[in-house]
Amino acid sequence: MDEALLRSLTPGVLGILVRRGADFAAAEDAVQDALVDAVRAWPADPPRDPKGWLVSVAWRRFLDATRSDAARRRREERVEEEPVPGPVAAADDTLQLYFLCAHPSLTPSSAVALTLRAVGGLTTRQIAQAYLVPEATMAQRVSRAKRTVSGVRLDRPGDVATVLRVLYLVFNEGYSGDVDLAAEAIRLTRQLAAAIDHPEVAGLLALMLLHHARRAARTAPDGSLVPLAEQDRSRWDTGAIAEGVAILQGALARDRLGEFQAQAAVAALHADAPTAGETDWVQIVEWYDELVGLTGNPVVRLNRAVAVGEADGPRAGLAALAELDDTLPRHTAVAAYLHERDGDPVTAARLYAEAARKAPNLAERDHLTRQAARLNAGRGG
Amino acid sequence: MAKYLLLKHYRGAPAPVNDVPMDRWTPEEISAHVQYMNDFAARLETTGEYVDSQALSAEGTFVRYDGEGRPPVTDGPFAETKDVIAGWMIIDVDSYERAVELAGELSAAPGAGGEPIHEWLELRPFLGVHPTVTE
Repeated sequence: MDEALLRSLTPGVLGILVRRGADFAAAEDAVQDALVDAVRAWPADPPRDPKGWLVSVAWRRFLDATRSDAARRRREERVEEEPVPGPVAAADDTLQLYFLCAHPSLTPSSAVALTLRAVGGLTTRQIAQAYLVPEATMAQRVSRAKRTVSGVRLDRPGDVATVLRVLYLVFNEGYSGDVDLAAEAIRLTRQLAAAIDHPEVAGLLALMLLHHARRAARTAPDGSLVPLAEQDRSRWDTGAIAEGVAILQGALARDRLGEFQAQAAVAALHADAPTAGETDWVQIVEWYDELVGLTGNPVVRLNRAVAVGEADGPRAGLAALAELDDTLPRHTAVAAYLHERDGDPVTAARLYAEAARKAPNLAERDHLTRQAARLNAGRGG
Repeated sequence: MAKYLLLKHYRGAPAPVNDVPMDRWTPEEISAHVQYMNDFAARLETTGEYVDSQALSAEGTFVRYDGEGRPPVTDGPFAETKDVIAGWMIIDVDSYERAVELAGELSAAPGAGGEPIHEWLELRPFLGVHPTVTE
């Protein structure tokens, strides 16, 4: 039984049932039943058209469930009611499902859970493991999300930006448990990119591929963080980088710049440099200027200050940093780095230690603590 | 989507407003208090925000290595000065504001006289285990 095939067919089947008028939660139950039937029936009798098979079985299950009162009579009439199995248009329905799962009425965590369940085809247990919460909690999160969107009509075009935000949230969860959420996010974004022609979808896919390409080099065997400048570039996935760059170039040629394309452009410039010293920081600053114009996001301004520090020297970087709110995440870490490059290890060590106390995750905290310790040891304690 | 620890203290936290030791409550008041916390946890499970909760014994012991071949040093039970953790609840919520809101609700558990105890809960974010993609 090809589990990947079943998983890839699930969203399309679900989308068709929803479009035919099935309530989302009922449709999902029916599709699950059909998947169980498929696991039983297919090894002995593989269907010629797996998707058509799933649609007709799921639809029958849906009718059984919703019309149980009249089940006996219906069973006799069923042959007449059933849509004929056969080729079905896939892209449109799957796309609607993405919009439904990322509906603005859902909280971010509900949207993520529903997307992984309905579009990704992951089991509730897998999603719960990935997010380190009990299965019962995740089951409630999914069923609440289903209830929230159960009355939502799918006749209006959804907001692509919301879908992209949800997918990026999944990607940033990275890896834990037996489901690689970064890889899952890439798979789903790829599927979305195939269903919809939109430069920002391409931009996000490129961004994910370019980040993901560096994953193996980003941590040492002991799990500690390796900064970009010190990464072993031979461990970068050149295939993923080439694919990401090609997708990005295609998107940029459309001349409808968005923040994911601009972020991907920065990532591409990093990926493009044979050594850290050959990084084109001047162009990176230009992309950050574009990003500031697009989003006004303070975190983007912080990243810009880092780039300015590399392009024009640490003093210029510190000047750019001084214009920003010092309560921003990673502000202290950036200040520490720029002070060290400016030849002030005492201030840098103090700031690294302070940044470590504020770090949002273990790897970053340990990395910053090591930076402070390195500078303190260099001064002979 | 961030996890927070709601830490309850026997000692070490500021005194609650309704500061009557639990052994001076009526049995009904204790039942109401326990029921409130159980209901709170059950409700968080239905909202998809519950992760874990555990109660701890009040009698903790500090233990320290005391050199090669020697038994570990302990501070003995019933030390009166140290902080003692009564228990915890772990929640997984969409925002810091939501975590504060829930901690406030838990702190309103009823105590003596059926009035909220206004217990001080310590709210601590978990450190994530993944490096983020920002470099």
